Amino acid sequence: MGDVKGFLKIGRKPTPKRTIEERVQDYRYVYEPMPDEELKGQASRCMDCGVPFCNTGCPLGNLIPDWNDLVYREHWEQAIDRLHQTNNFPEFTGMLCPAPCEAACVLAINDKPVTIKEIELSIINRAFEEGWVVARRTPPERRTGKRVAIVGSGPAGLAAAQQLNWAGHTAVVLEKDDKIGGLLRYGIPDYKIEKWVVDRRTAIMEEEGVEFRTNAHVGENPTTGELESEFDAVVLAVGALQGRDLDVPGRELGGIHLAMDYLVQQNRRVAGLPTDAEVEISASGKNVVILGGGDTSADCLGNSHREGCASVKVLTHGPRPPETPDDLTWPDWPFILHTYPAHEEGGERGFSVAVMGFSGTDGHVEKMHAVETERTQDGQTVPKEGTDFEIETDLVLLAIGFTGPVRGRLLEEMNLGYTDRGAIHSENGHGTREARVFVAGDARLGADLIVTAIAEGRKAARQADEFLMGQSLLPG
Amino acid sequence: MTPGAGLYDPMYEHDACGLGFVARLDGRRTRETVEEGLQVLHNLEHRGTTGSDPETGDGAGILTQIPDGFFRKECKELGIELPGAGSYGVGMLFETGEDDDLDCGDRLAEICAEEGHELLGFRDVPVAPDAVGKVARSVMPRIRQFFIGHRGGDGAAFERKLYVIRRRLHRTVEDSHGCYVVSLSSRTVIYKGLLKGRQLSRFYPDLGDAAFASALALVHERFSTNTLGSWDLAHPYRYIAHNGEVNTIRGNINWMRARESRLRSELFGEDLGKLSPVILPGQSDSAAFDNALELLHLAGRSLPHAVAMMVPEAWENDELMDPERRAFYQYHSALMEPWDGPAAVAFTDGRVVGATLDRNGLRPARYSVTKDGRVIMASEDGALRVPAEDVIERWRLRPGKMLVVDTERHELLHDEDVKKPLFGRRPYRDWLDEGEIHLNELPEPGADPRPEPATLLQRQRAFGYTIEDQRILLAPMAQNGKEPDGSMGTDTPLAVLSERPQLLFSYFKQHFAQVTNPPIDPLREELVMSLKMSLGPEQNLFDETKKHCRRVLIDQPVLTAVELEKIRALGDERASSTTLSTLFPVSAGEEGMEEALGRLCEKAESAVKGGSAVLVLSDRGVNEIQAPIPSLLATASVHHHLVRAGIRTATTLVVETAEAREIHHFALLVGYGATAVNPYLAFETIEELAESHLMEGVGPEEAAKNYVKAVGKGLLKVISKMGISTLFSYLGAQIFEAVGLSEGLIDKHFTGTASRVGGVGTDALAREVLERHRSAFAAAEDNAEELEVGGEYQLRAQGQYHQWNQLSIPPLQRAVKTGNFETFKEFSRHFDEHSERFATLRGLFGFEENPIPIDEVEPAREIVKRFTTGAMSLGSISKETHETLAVAMNRIGGKSNTGEGGEDPRRFTPDENGDNRRSAIKQVASGRFGVTAEYLVNADQLQIKMAQGSKPGEGGQLPGGKISEYIAKIRYSTPGVGLISPPPHHDIYSIEDLAQLIHDLKNANPRARVSVKLVAEVGVGTVAAGVAKAKADHITISGHDGGTGASPLSSIKHAGLPWELGIAEAQQVLVENGLRGRVILQTDGQLKTGRDVIVAALLGAEDFAFSTAPLVATGCIMMRVCHLNTCPVGIATQDPELRKLFTGTPEHVINYFFFVAEEVREYMASMGFRSFEEMIGRADKLRMREAIEHWKAGGVDLSAILHRVEAPEGEAIHHSETQDHGLEKALDNELIERCGPALDSGEEVYFEQPITNTKRTVGGMLSGEIARRYGNEGLPDGTVRIDFHGVAGQSFGAWLARGLTFTLEGTTNDYVGKGLSGGRLAAFPSRLAGYSAERNVVVGNVALYGATAGEAYFRGFAGERFAVRSSGAHAVVEGVGDHCCEYMTGGVVVVLGETGRNFAAGMSGGVAFVLDEAGRFETLCNKDMVGLEPVESEDDLELLRGMVERHLEWTGSERAQHVLDDWDEILPRFVKVMPHDLKRVLQERQEAELEVVS
Repeated sequence: MGDVKGFLKIGRKPTPKRTIEERVQDYRYVYEPMPDEELKGQASRCMDCGVPFCNTGCPLGNLIPDWNDLVYREHWEQAIDRLHQTNNFPEFTGMLCPAPCEAACVLAINDKPVTIKEIELSIINRAFEEGWVVARRTPPERRTGKRVAIVGSGPAGLAAAQQLNWAGHTAVVLEKDDKIGGLLRYGIPDYKIEKWVVDRRTAIMEEEGVEFRTNAHVGENPTTGELESEFDAVVLAVGALQGRDLDVPGRELGGIHLAMDYLVQQNRRVAGLPTDAEVEISASGKNVVILGGGDTSADCLGNSHREGCASVKVLTHGPRPPETPDDLTWPDWPFILHTYPAHEEGGERGFSVAVMGFSGTDGHVEKMHAVETERTQDGQTVPKEGTDFEIETDLVLLAIGFTGPVRGRLLEEMNLGYTDRGAIHSENGHGTREARVFVAGDARLGADLIVTAIAEGRKAARQADEFLMGQSLLPG
Repeated sequence: MTPGAGLYDPMYEHDACGLGFVARLDGRRTRETVEEGLQVLHNLEHRGTTGSDPETGDGAGILTQIPDGFFRKECKELGIELPGAGSYGVGMLFETGEDDDLDCGDRLAEICAEEGHELLGFRDVPVAPDAVGKVARSVMPRIRQFFIGHRGGDGAAFERKLYVIRRRLHRTVEDSHGCYVVSLSSRTVIYKGLLKGRQLSRFYPDLGDAAFASALALVHERFSTNTLGSWDLAHPYRYIAHNGEVNTIRGNINWMRARESRLRSELFGEDLGKLSPVILPGQSDSAAFDNALELLHLAGRSLPHAVAMMVPEAWENDELMDPERRAFYQYHSALMEPWDGPAAVAFTDGRVVGATLDRNGLRPARYSVTKDGRVIMASEDGALRVPAEDVIERWRLRPGKMLVVDTERHELLHDEDVKKPLFGRRPYRDWLDEGEIHLNELPEPGADPRPEPATLLQRQRAFGYTIEDQRILLAPMAQNGKEPDGSMGTDTPLAVLSERPQLLFSYFKQHFAQVTNPPIDPLREELVMSLKMSLGPEQNLFDETKKHCRRVLIDQPVLTAVELEKIRALGDERASSTTLSTLFPVSAGEEGMEEALGRLCEKAESAVKGGSAVLVLSDRGVNEIQAPIPSLLATASVHHHLVRAGIRTATTLVVETAEAREIHHFALLVGYGATAVNPYLAFETIEELAESHLMEGVGPEEAAKNYVKAVGKGLLKVISKMGISTLFSYLGAQIFEAVGLSEGLIDKHFTGTASRVGGVGTDALAREVLERHRSAFAAAEDNAEELEVGGEYQLRAQGQYHQWNQLSIPPLQRAVKTGNFETFKEFSRHFDEHSERFATLRGLFGFEENPIPIDEVEPAREIVKRFTTGAMSLGSISKETHETLAVAMNRIGGKSNTGEGGEDPRRFTPDENGDNRRSAIKQVASGRFGVTAEYLVNADQLQIKMAQGSKPGEGGQLPGGKISEYIAKIRYSTPGVGLISPPPHHDIYSIEDLAQLIHDLKNANPRARVSVKLVAEVGVGTVAAGVAKAKADHITISGHDGGTGASPLSSIKHAGLPWELGIAEAQQVLVENGLRGRVILQTDGQLKTGRDVIVAALLGAEDFAFSTAPLVATGCIMMRVCHLNTCPVGIATQDPELRKLFTGTPEHVINYFFFVAEEVREYMASMGFRSFEEMIGRADKLRMREAIEHWKAGGVDLSAILHRVEAPEGEAIHHSETQDHGLEKALDNELIERCGPALDSGEEVYFEQPITNTKRTVGGMLSGEIARRYGNEGLPDGTVRIDFHGVAGQSFGAWLARGLTFTLEGTTNDYVGKGLSGGRLAAFPSRLAGYSAERNVVVGNVALYGATAGEAYFRGFAGERFAVRSSGAHAVVEGVGDHCCEYMTGGVVVVLGETGRNFAAGMSGGVAFVLDEAGRFETLCNKDMVGLEPVESEDDLELLRGMVERHLEWTGSERAQHVLDDWDEILPRFVKVMPHDLKRVLQERQEAELEVVS
């Protein structure tokens, strides 16, 4: 291992970012690369633990201590090999993952964790720069002749498709949108992941032999029947995009939207594509209220700044989380106040707020009526009497979670059942009631992390491969 | 016990003892000699022992010349007419057969007739059965003598014939023990039995007969580990009495058997065929040794010659050895492997009597020569009381040396006298020069690369290589030339329970030495170690020809591919080779492998018959359709097939394999018969790695060299931990236990290997091979061209399962912080469910249920008193952690353990708040760090650490970085200088030595229980029985998986067994022997949950030690970096900054133990036990779980573990009585009384005191009394002076406290001044002695071991290992044996004369001054860690002169007087021995001071 005393000599250095002034002017990537020397120092902080909680805390089981050491020793090519062993798309996770590995890092017990995510991203960036990431085509003699449909082209679907293709099957990805990528494409803003990053990866997959079909509304085109007859197995990776809504007076007013509707439009606009929307949603010049405290809310916040909103408030139902985790939490993901770059860029954050309703004129929202909340002893969050207040607003974005996959014709016809969280019912891992239908990612779990989605795709691929071949040598 | 029912196997019995002989140089046969022999026996009685019956000894016996007058008289009365003296043979017969058909007499008569000699008649030997104990009586045989008349031929021929007759009798009697011929010779007769020494002459009235006379008497008193004693097992055997152990016995027996078919003897002629098997099965190692020696001797070699062949000196690395001597040994190494182990062997043929010592001098052997021509040799000086003025020579056997008394030629022959004639017997050197060729001398082979069809990656995968193998094992070996260390034990599943395919190697666990024989330190005592091997066929063992040494020599067993090609290319009769492929077709499936093995053995047999001197078993050529048989299976299978076919020694096995890479792999291959191994894939992998990130700055060639070096070092460690010095004798010695292999597989391919829990057969092994093969050749096009990650050493999500993981550590830590029992259950459920699935043997157990209400069960606060924390030293863990554990355990009434690092005396007084930071258990380990009298008296339990689970048979190490000022002060060492504890306790080379140490400790602190910590391995039950007989109060059986601060990885993984096997075996053997009630049994080794405690208790444990789990409770997150001092949670570190991060509290620890106790209660309630005690040893309440789904675990059979020995009526199955230590007999009681005024009020006391060798540990109890009252400060100097005279026993002046002065006019035995704690010792020969003091021995071996302070003056020579591990004594001596100042860390030693070899090995502190008059010292000193300097500085001059002056003052030494008289002239010949480390630290300190000043 590199420097056994690295962590005693070097402190954690956060990933450099472009200045707020600069970055809110555009949609380019927020972070800047760390100089190699510094990165090496950061990698040397890794303690090569006997029980690497990062490795087990990562849903993909990324071999983090291994590649930290390789980076420390500047063996970048081996580092990407080691990284690719467990992760099909390190550039996606390197940019987007909230890094449960860092929360689980042993240094997080009494110091600050290793900058694992930054190191991961540097490895893959370097690999692309050096031309080490190339298509790996399966030789024709290893082709099995089996065809697998992967429904959905988000990270879960893409991972499943790549794995199945490598196992020798013909993998066909069916995407309802006009471009491949799912949430990566139209859900997540460019300042977090620029879309050429997605295109770069899908191009490689295409070269490897993965077939992509866009504008394919499975259930309609192809029909469920066509899907079944054309393919030997199906992997459903349709995500969990059904946004949770509010049922309060005034909800029907204009200017109140589900966050995802706003994000998709804005992503299309940034990409120079028509939104094709009945109602254009824009934060420009508006007094924006964003409800909800998660990633989606932060994405709305970042976009609002970049569109030039007049003001923006991010309001959450629950109380303000603590700044630091308690000592019983580690190595789990801590319940603390997470501050993303979007929060640094401005706006107000409010906590313990319950929405009572909206009011406005001309069918458009002008005010939000709210009340402060408090926690009861049994952990319920309830309105606190006599604390009613109003907020003036002309754009309200609901980022209060998702209720599962959008239930279209395909799911109705397949009739696989749903979980309590509204996700597709699965059995024995990634199987379903239908022997040849498998399910992966948010579609199976409900909304979750991108890293989980990739892990899900890999595991579902292995299970599908086992179903098709009797055994599987795919990892997962 | 029914063989096979439980875990006990008599094969693992050990013995050790006292032995001696008395002989007359004038050859006169006298009564006195016999009586003197018996007296020696009497005075060595403390070296033997008794079992549960105090009147039944473990065995004693005497061998004398045939007392012709006596027999003539007796036979006359019986009407037997004896021919002339020397013309008849006397047989001594034990008959135990109850079967009427079995009449030994009839058989004898028939055989004698057939052999052409006459059976003259029988004599019932008169015996007095009431002279022996009831156990001995109950198994007493009928004892008869018979007489055979000599018809023709010379005396030697007659002896051979008597031998043939005896062997034939054994062969015709199915159970040879039913008709056991103790001796049959025309020269010697043996009287022996299951007796104590002093019972012998009462039992056999013959011995007291006035006509019973001899010129020599060889006697032996036995201490066996077991009391299931037998009359045959007493010594002497026909030619020897033996004190020690043959560690390589399994291999020696196999090889002797393998040689049989090639034996030819003109002397024996046709009779040779009647002798098979030449070594009878099922006997003790000493008996087997005797068999082999007898054979060699009767086939024509003199006894000394045969003994020198079997127990050669350490010639291999001794450049100083006389070339002739070296040639002799080198030549004979081609004939036979050494019978290796610690040994003092006394031998006789009735004419000569002699003794030899093993190559490392691990047993004591002292001798005296008297004015009237008697030679007395014994384990202790003083065994025969001879007035000092009658002694003209008082000396000792030195390592590897021999002493012979020839009673016919009236000669006393010292080593050179005996051996010189042997060296000149043949032109050995010329023969060697002609016949031997060294590998390096062979020409480079023509380029003949063996192409491999598959890629490197494919082959690596096919043989199960992982990234971890590369990263953690191979790269460090290839980079640094040594095996890497790890820490915190192992928590992965046993191979048989692992769901991941395992290499066959992993199913085997290394055996190691504990108690009955010492492990060796292969680094510090390198001079006795050797890895040399040779290739080529053996010749007839009885001959000596030029052809015998035609062979190819190799320095060590790892061959590169080029070296193997060289051997293949040689092709003459030394190495004509056949290469046999060990591949099998994948298409043949799992059954295909067994078939292929059969074919392989057949081919091997025909190749050897066709003249192949070398068989290369090769797994080259693995491809898509061919998979490899595991190399170990192929090797062992062929080896045993050839042994069975009787042609094994006609060839040499070489293994060319991709599989072997770890040290353990090579050890196994050699252990099962491979002389050399070419690990070609390991080399290829290293070559690849040399260009990668894992190795920097090392080119491929150097990397390969380093790797070979690392394997060599590792092999030395593996063999030395078994106490074996030469790899040659390890070859085929099978010193392993299999865990998880089926009986069929073992019997067929690993014949004779211990394997007690059944397991998988060849089909499962084949399945594992095929799984690896598939992943190599049918792999999906993966997204990374890499190997699997592994995860054996460090957890990886996709790798091997570890019990301590992300799911178990957090809930435990949360539970102890919150006090939430439900959270704890989450933790224990994880283990219990996983252990059930795939981790430990205990997971396979279920319980018989019989529920009772839980409130009827003993409360938790009582149960926790049975808990202790494990031995973790202050040094390995931080002060904060160490004290947290101590406080917690003291609060709950449990015990904490100091570990091997001393203890701060401030902790002996409770804190103001009532907390007590004193560790109740004080460990006494081989390093003896801080073991003072004060330390000992501040203990409730004194634990002798014989072995530790993570690295049994090895010493500890504490890196310099962890030795802070504070740690150094407590350990009496120098800050920043790394510390080593020796692999053996240098005062425990055998079981009777352990008894002595127990006695020493008990004397120092009679109130403390003495505990002995052992590690589970096959035979640990018999060792435990021996330990109980050695009077331990408490025995710990540790599992193999326990934690550690730093251990070599292969030790962590591959040595020792799970405690389930160990504790069950200990319980079974102790109960069977009626010894269980005397001891408390404890177990440890990854105990975590209540369920673990329950299983251990049902198997027999009553105390439980926990280490890892309490550490995790205080914050440990299993970093496994204890050896690096970088523990990020402040536990296993001495870094002041990191220590601040420690957040553990006593409450956390207490919560943990109460949780465990509560769980224990729940299980007890479910099983119907109200008290803990009633649960102990109730293995009948355990059963094997049904429906174990695991595909490999199905074959595991736990019935041997579950076997419950029915305790004899009234015998306990748990602790119920106290040991009788016999302390009331100690001389110290009297000394304490007479020293009363000094103890009470500091008054000065002086008196004189006679002493004998049977008074042991004199001064120990007195010192304990002083330490108890006055601490380490003791009394003012000069308060007590006692002048002793006589021959003192062992451990004279042990732990001697400050304020005590003991002088001894006379001599002493071993361990004088052990643990010296500030007192003063002086020993000098009697003024009347008939010899010069400076040329004779005054103190025995291992003087001043572990001394921490005090002075010692010895006028005369000391034995081996003078001042070993001394950390403070100031000593002067006039000559020393080998290994003086070994591991010394402090104090001053002055040697005013000769030294032995290996002076200052491992010496890291203190200084020595040696008067080197012969100018040879530089060659004798081990300069690895020290430098030699002139004595120049003022300080040194003052120190040296002062010590010499005091030596003169206290001993009246002429030598000292001479040195002082000629001081200026002599001074330049003094050499100062200065440790490099100490010098560096002193320099650094000086520089630091200068910096401060400037």
